[in-house]
Amino acid sequence: MLTIKNLHASIEGNEILRGINLEVKAGEVHAIMGPNGSGKSTLASVLAGREEYEISEGEVIFQGKDLLEMAPEERAREGVFLAFQYPVEIPGVSTTNFLRTAVNQVREYRGKEALDAVKFLSVMKEKMKLVEIDQKLLSRSLNEGFSGGEKKRNEIFQMAMLEPTLSILDETDSGLDIDALRIVSSGVNKLKTPQTATIVVTHYQRLLDYIVPDYVHVLYNGKIVKSGSKELALELEEKGYDWIKEEAESASV
Amino acid sequence: MSKDNQILEEFTSKEYEHGWSVNYEADEAPAGLNEDIIRWISSKKEEPEWLLEWRLKAFRTWLDMKEPEWANVKYPKVDLQALKYYSAPKQKNKPKSLDEVDPELLQIYERLGISLNEQKKLQGIAVDAVLDSVSVGTTFKESLSKLGIIFCSFSEAVQEHPELVQKYLGSVVPISDNYYAALNSAVFSDGSFCYIPKGVRCPMELSTYFRINAANTGQFERTLIVAEEGSYVSYLEGCTAPQRDENQLHAAVVEIYAEKNSEVKYSTVQNWFPGDKDGKGGIYNFVTKRGICAGDYSKISWTQVETGSAVTWKYPSCILKGDYSVGEFYSVAVTNNYQQADTGTKMIHIGKNTKSRIVSKGISAGYSQNSYRGQVQVMKRAVNSRNFSQCDSLLMGDKCGAHTFPYIDIQNSSAKVEHEATTSKIGEDQIFYCNQRGIDTEDAVALIVNGYAKEVLNQLPMEFAVEAQKLLALTLEGSVG
Repeated sequence: MLTIKNLHASIEGNEILRGINLEVKAGEVHAIMGPNGSGKSTLASVLAGREEYEISEGEVIFQGKDLLEMAPEERAREGVFLAFQYPVEIPGVSTTNFLRTAVNQVREYRGKEALDAVKFLSVMKEKMKLVEIDQKLLSRSLNEGFSGGEKKRNEIFQMAMLEPTLSILDETDSGLDIDALRIVSSGVNKLKTPQTATIVVTHYQRLLDYIVPDYVHVLYNGKIVKSGSKELALELEEKGYDWIKEEAESASV
Repeated sequence: MSKDNQILEEFTSKEYEHGWSVNYEADEAPAGLNEDIIRWISSKKEEPEWLLEWRLKAFRTWLDMKEPEWANVKYPKVDLQALKYYSAPKQKNKPKSLDEVDPELLQIYERLGISLNEQKKLQGIAVDAVLDSVSVGTTFKESLSKLGIIFCSFSEAVQEHPELVQKYLGSVVPISDNYYAALNSAVFSDGSFCYIPKGVRCPMELSTYFRINAANTGQFERTLIVAEEGSYVSYLEGCTAPQRDENQLHAAVVEIYAEKNSEVKYSTVQNWFPGDKDGKGGIYNFVTKRGICAGDYSKISWTQVETGSAVTWKYPSCILKGDYSVGEFYSVAVTNNYQQADTGTKMIHIGKNTKSRIVSKGISAGYSQNSYRGQVQVMKRAVNSRNFSQCDSLLMGDKCGAHTFPYIDIQNSSAKVEHEATTSKIGEDQIFYCNQRGIDTEDAVALIVNGYAKEVLNQLPMEFAVEAQKLLALTLEGSVG
């Protein structure tokens, strides 16, 4: 579904990603871990199409199409979803209204007819249960005055509404208490199908207890320096990142 | 150029869609401004002697006045002697009803999306259509008159209800009020008149649609709304003009007189031609709008969505004379390209326990300058009066300006006056967030701007609100970047 080959990206002249290679197949969950500043969030942003990053080398093929050629909204319509680490506030625009615009633009792109208000509401009601989100929250201004947990739940709710093929969760666990973590992850798990894939970007192993990955990759200095099964996450939890750093540095000398 | 600016730029470079004009045979006054022209207009309209005298007095007052220069706008002066002060489409006979109005004129309004055909009209709105200097037709006149409501062109009111016109004309905006009001008083040609009798709740929205078609003419219309005790009316005003290279002057006066317990809601969606992308052409909109809450417990509410005009100079105001009277001002003013707007309100608290509320949302894009100018005055007698003002500015791009000039004058220590102000920018983050959900940039900006202006748009009658939302999006199309 997604093939990343030798991806290099920089911002303001600083190279952050220095040759990423990754293959994600339908039905898989990949976890991207790594210490602060290793380029995890940059990878998520580059895949979603943030334009302040300059791509100097490499390619990203998503379902046979060149992802890097597409505008951010096209990527979204093609089925790439990013759950933001810091969801953005839009005053005066309710989540409902926002999502209705989004869902209908995505549907139009996919050749489906727009949902009318009634249909949209019934779809919404159904998806709301997945993340135990309250309708009152959805009629408030998008993310404005939401708690950390509400914001993240709202991200997953949007994911449910947009039905993406590839979901990228950027530190969705940050700022969540244990209950919220459970609700958010169970939402993600329920949305998983054999046709979709998930990339989970996280610092901590704790999220991976709930969203169990098929593969764990460790990002360091803009490169994937180690890949393994879910046990790798446990090993990192226990031993920290230093041994990875050492390994990586001795390998590069 | 940052991405923000690039998107903004694309978004604000949309063309004006009402820029067409129609050729029709017109009955015009010769160019120039003098007492003979005023006499010519007055006789053309077969006015009574007192009105001619009133006009001449206004003209003489105006001669001694100077064009105001305190507003935060720059523009080449209008050569008032080069303008024509009267232009009316020639109609063979004076139409007695809408059926007799020249279909060609009705088509102008059809093209603007305003049907003057009562059968086809959307339910619930009566329209008075003003083309250049005259009213071409008023809908639903008969059904309204059954309730005693008078809704007609100003000229007709002068003929049919001279006693009312004479009583209220100039009672809120006196001829000496300001330069443009004095000029308007001398040369005004038509406009709308509306009278709601005691205890009547007007069952439909009343509206005036102003269209400037002729070149080199000024439009000077006059609107007078009188709400008797315990009555209610909601009034709408819309405006467009053709796209012309030269600037055109629109200097209107609106007066509202609200008696005890009455309520008048006045909504404007102003979409005059704003000039092209390089700032060429466009309407000068120098307008005086004022209402008086003359009776106790009366209420006047102004809502305006200002998207057009090259230069705007406009301060819909309330004089809160009656005790417990309420004044409101809700405004969204959008400026783009080289537009300049200096707009706001005045709330004059005279009566006891009077309340006013000001919500102003400015949006500046391109190279435009957008100023809020507001005055809150609490007189000695106005015990326990209250004002709340909120002035927000939204900037799109880094070449435009937003300014706030609040004046507060309090002469009674029991008054409570609050003022809040914010300035924000449409962030790249917000746009990217929308993009990531599949919303393209243009719709993203429209969504964000409409969200920002929501508090004001909510004040508009339903159909108008939808129009206004679309207009906001159109005005800003091509401006994000």
